[in-house]
Order: sequence, then C-alpha cells, then structure tokens
Amino acid sequence: MNKVIASADVAVADLQSGSTIMLGGFGLCGIPENLIAAVVRLGITGLHTISNNMGVDGFGMGLMLEAGMIASHMGSYVGENRKLEAMVLGGELDLTLIPQGTLAERIRAGGAGIPAFYVPTGLGTIVAEGKETRTIGEREYVLEQALHADVALIKAWRGDRLGNLVYRKTARNFNPAMATAATLTIAEVEELLEPGELDPDHIVTPGIYVDRVVVGASYRKPIESKFIQAKLAEKGGKT
Amino acid sequence: MTGKERIARRIALELQDGFYVNLGIGLPTMITAYVPDGIDVVFQSENGMLGVGPAPADADADPDLINAGKQPVSELAGCSFFASEESFAMIRGGHMDMSVLGAMQVDAQGDLANWTIPGKMVKGMGGAMDLVAGAKRVIVAMEHQTKEGGSRILKACTLPLTGRGVVHDIVTELCWIVVTPFGLVLTEVAEGISAVDVQARTEATLLVSPELRIMPV
Repeated sequence: MNKVIASADVAVADLQSGSTIMLGGFGLCGIPENLIAAVVRLGITGLHTISNNMGVDGFGMGLMLEAGMIASHMGSYVGENRKLEAMVLGGELDLTLIPQGTLAERIRAGGAGIPAFYVPTGLGTIVAEGKETRTIGEREYVLEQALHADVALIKAWRGDRLGNLVYRKTARNFNPAMATAATLTIAEVEELLEPGELDPDHIVTPGIYVDRVVVGASYRKPIESKFIQAKLAEKGGKT
Repeated sequence: MTGKERIARRIALELQDGFYVNLGIGLPTMITAYVPDGIDVVFQSENGMLGVGPAPADADADPDLINAGKQPVSELAGCSFFASEESFAMIRGGHMDMSVLGAMQVDAQGDLANWTIPGKMVKGMGGAMDLVAGAKRVIVAMEHQTKEGGSRILKACTLPLTGRGVVHDIVTELCWIVVTPFGLVLTEVAEGISAVDVQARTEATLLVSPELRIMPV
C-alpha cells in the first residue's frame, strides 16, 4: 500500500467544480497551504467550503476566495477577511456561521456515523432558529446535524505512506476530525517517514481515514497576527 | 491604572488554585498578567491547548503555536495539545471553571450579545456560544459604556444573542454586577464612584446590594 502522490497538483487533479470541501486549520495555523495553492491553480469553481476560518486577505483560503472559486462557506469566524465581509453584505457569497464547538462536533459526527446530536450551544439564539429542540433532564438542547464532505484537505506534521499522521502543537485543530468526514481525504505533511517510524502510541490520525499523502513542497507558515499587522502597515504606507 | 487594567486586576482576584480558565480575545487576555501569587491556574485556548504561556520574543515565535487570537504563545511545563472537537468537548462538557469574555451588550436577564451587528459587521461567534453554554461561571469583562457614551448594560439586548441567560457576573471599570433571578445586583463600585453614578450610566435597573463595597483594586 502506498498512498503517497508525487505532488499537490497531481493529488487534487480530479477534484470537481461544485464539490463540498473541508479544509483544516485555525486561522493560518495548520492549513494545507500547498494543497490550497494547487486547488487555486486547478481553477475549479462553485465550491462549498467548510473550514473554521477563511484565511486572510492574501493568504490561505483567502486566495481561493479572491480567485472566485467559492460559492458558499460554513465556518465559525471570518473576521479577518475584508473581501469576504463585503461579498456577504453584497449577497455574492452564501455564508453560514456555526459555533466553533458545534462545527467541530458536526464534523466529528460526520466521520463517526452519528447523523445528529443535541447540544446546549446556541439555544435561544438565531443559531437555533428552525432547528428541533428537546428538553432532556432539566435543560433544553438543540439538534445539530452531522457534516460530510466530498473532499477533505488537511495538514499534518509527519506521516507515512499508509496515511498515519501526527500533528504539531496547535496546528492540529480541525485536521483530525476532517480527515474522518470526507469521501476523499488528502493530507499534506512536512515530513514523510517509513511505516514503523511513527510511534504507534502517538499516531493521532490512523491511516484508514487518509486516501492520499503529499509532502508539501515548501511552507510559508505566516503568523496571522503578524501577517495582518504587516499588511496594514503596507497599506498605510501606500496611502 | 487604566479602566481595562482595573477590570483585569479585579477578575484575577476571582481565580482559585487549580482553576481551568478560558479567556476571550482582547481585554480578558490581560488577566494573565495579574494571577495572584501562590495560585496555579491553567489557561485553555480553544484552538487546542491547555497550559498556555506568555507571548514569546519575536525570534522565538512558532507559527504552529498560537492562541485563539492567532497570536504566538509559549508552552508552560505540563501543557497539552488536542484537536478542536476535544477542546470543545471540555468546554461544552462543563470542565472549564471560568470563561471570561468581552461583550457588545449584556442585559438584566443575563443575555449576552458579542458576535454580530446585522448589516454592518460579519465576523462570527467563534467559540463564544460554546463557552457561555458550557463554562461553570461566565464573567463578562467590558468597558461600562460604548465609545459614544451609550449603555451596554441594557434592559434587553437589541443585537443577536450569543447566549440566553448565560452571564453570571459583569465587571466594568466602574463596578461589579451579579446577575440574579431578581435582576442585576450591584455589589462593588470603584473608588470615588457611587451607586447613583453607576445607575446613571446604565440602562438596566440595578438593585444595590446591602453589602455594597469598594472594588478591592
């Protein structure tokens, strides 16, 4: 068994316009930056994306947004995208905001064969509008549905050709859950090891969830708070 | 001492040894600077870390090691990393002793609004709805009035809610207010400020505690 694909471009070559795609990462931390670049080069459109954020103007998923590839998005926080805010207010993009924990659990449920579940989160807010609620014990809960995607693009630190993955520090975030919740899961890793080199006790994503593994060609890994500061300074300098 | 510093210092006095605490972005994060001596508190960041340490020097910043505000942080001995679904399992599951968040509006019923202004601001709730639904104690830390001098502590919130009946305490540079089934109870005022002063800057009706005292910061 060898799930390793030669390049990010080859790994995403069969992705289709109109697909639902999950993308791992929190802000710019732990995002599949090589796979995102390959999808932008592929030029598919009408994508329905599921990701906690939307990158920032000029990096991460912000590049997909700027390329006009995204028709709708589900996430919990998109406060760093001026372009996205303008598109949503202008009715050009369908945005669904979901509480972060509910988003994570809906993805987990999608991969775990649980079609729906009850949470207290969002009760009495617009998040609960139109959803079934139920009192269990002394508290009322909201029914939330599992999420599933055609494709998950995720980022891990190290992996092997069987698709076993480990993550590094807070770059783990949504990646392990998304790996489980898509028909096709493509993981990019910084380092590829031989089977057996990863300690089996430390593997976070077992290879069963992963279909393709790509070694990222290069990593820019900007720190979001600093990236935004630098961009603002650059803009300030121009005007 | 600035108003924000007073808020952070006062809330820090509520920390107890062994607490697991999540702090919102901005003002609440300032609390880490005022943890009382001899008290061990573990700070959680909802992007997947327990044992969050202070911001590192620029040269030591690691892009794989950030807080929920997307700022670089450091590791304290005994810290741990975990995935988002686990992070929110511990939040939703009632394992956090305290959650401190900012607010745009709070009201007499303990309703909180802090995530959107319809037609004007599209940002998202992030983890705020999960935190207020799951933490054992929810403290709102905010400046008492808007920049324009309007009240943020209302009879009823007018913005879309983050949670209904979820706030336990409201702390501002002027006072401490406890949310009770009978309404908002003023328990502390800043030095030089009277209960009448606070009420004059607050739309919601405040009940004054018989044990009203000066804020100990």
